[in-house]
Amino acid sequence: MEVSYYPGCSLHGMAVEYDQSVRAVCRTLNIALCELPDWSCCGASSAHFFDDELAVRLPARNMAIAEREGRELLVPCSACFQRLKHADKELKEDAARWIDGPYEGKAAIYHVNEFFDRPELIEIIKQNVKKPLRGLAGVAYYGCLSQRPPKITDAEDAENPTPMDNLMRAIGMDVRPWSYKTDCCGASLTLSRTGVVRKLSGNLLEAAQEAGAECLVTDCPMCQSNLDTRQAEIEAERGKQYNLPIFYLTELMALAFGEGKSAGWWKKHFVDPAPLLRGKGLL
Amino acid sequence: MLNDPATIDAPAIWPDSAFLTAVEARSGEKVSRCYQCRKCTNGCPVSFAMDLMPNQVMRMVQFGLEEEVLRSKTIWICASCQTCTTRCPNDIDIAHLMDSLRQLSRASGIAAGEEKVVKFHEAFLDSVRRHGRLFEFGMVGRYKMATLDLFSNIKIAWEMLKRGKLKFLPGKIKGKREVRQMFDKK
Ligand code: SF4
Ligand code: SF4
Repeated sequence: MEVSYYPGCSLHGMAVEYDQSVRAVCRTLNIALCELPDWSCCGASSAHFFDDELAVRLPARNMAIAEREGRELLVPCSACFQRLKHADKELKEDAARWIDGPYEGKAAIYHVNEFFDRPELIEIIKQNVKKPLRGLAGVAYYGCLSQRPPKITDAEDAENPTPMDNLMRAIGMDVRPWSYKTDCCGASLTLSRTGVVRKLSGNLLEAAQEAGAECLVTDCPMCQSNLDTRQAEIEAERGKQYNLPIFYLTELMALAFGEGKSAGWWKKHFVDPAPLLRGKGLL
Repeated sequence: MLNDPATIDAPAIWPDSAFLTAVEARSGEKVSRCYQCRKCTNGCPVSFAMDLMPNQVMRMVQFGLEEEVLRSKTIWICASCQTCTTRCPNDIDIAHLMDSLRQLSRASGIAAGEEKVVKFHEAFLDSVRRHGRLFEFGMVGRYKMATLDLFSNIKIAWEMLKRGKLKFLPGKIKGKREVRQMFDKK
């Protein structure tokens, strides 16, 4: 199976371990990732602030490339996913306004959780689990933009999504129920209104702990970064210890496939996941 | 404020629909449909940091309180989480409306209610305009110079550098000029 791949700026920078683990998972599942040639930034959380047109033109350039490539398009970053989906819908409505050439929408866009949570892939995933992550208790944290708004994301259940829960179960995890799956972490306010991010991300850590989770599992680079890199500040502010590793879903899938042991990505984390994984006999 | 009985002596507001018409034309969002159910406000994760609640913004647009809306913190502090857009029973895309209000606020020359938020997005887009992709290290540097907020987050930046999460050089793409043209078009 060949799939086009739009890593986006984060996966080439701060979220490099997400990129590495997506590639590792796809290698195991025999999915060839073809990085979109000469892709550019989608404008993410910024372009739409100042300019509605720019907020379509930036992702539309990438969708035009994806259309020429003709394969399904895998987009691991939630912000990129939502902006590309938005552009795709605009292009289907009036391609000539945005790009040269026709546009049929040949490249169906998938975010990580919905891409892997397909009946045919879930079976292959289960077959490839060498070491089920038994006893590892975690919550699935989706954040905002892979789900909302559903008129853009086409999410099946934006208020209570389940694809990541299904995948965590497929690799043997103990998935804890909680009601914060799609609550906001504060996202791009991280530099400009850090206090807001500490409060929102702190609420998530608190709720995860209450749910009995030993870690949070996400597939959004902004969520991962806010919860992981700011956890020490949040602990200091609240006078509490959380010590909750924040995993990318794909890191744990690769671990269950037996690929994660020697992986360099655990060292990229601020909250060191090694003690927890070692304690479970998984590392 | 609007809900506080103590403000009952406040000067009467004479509704003026010019602003409502302008906002609806720009955004394509039917603000006039809002019937104050407050679902948007109740689900808003950052309402605690806002000076106007999202439902108040709607009512104030309907009443033509242009300046109050455009100088508010709310339009900048909205995190674009899309919860309100997802839940509004009148199908108003409130997150998109916030974008339109930000744009109107910038065009009007009113000082932004949250200067740092503006500087962040300017630094982000400047980086994309220059390189075609976001260059995180350069973006953070530019943001810090623009806000003179030099020392916050230094520890996190250092820890990221140590972990190879911040690159010193921007990525290169062939389509750089094509991307720049999108910015310079107007
Ligand atoms: S949810 Fe919609 S109708 Fe209800 S108050 Fe907000 S904008 Fe108005
Ligand atoms: S999009 Fe903005 S206004 Fe709407 S719920 Fe989210 S933060 Fe609040």
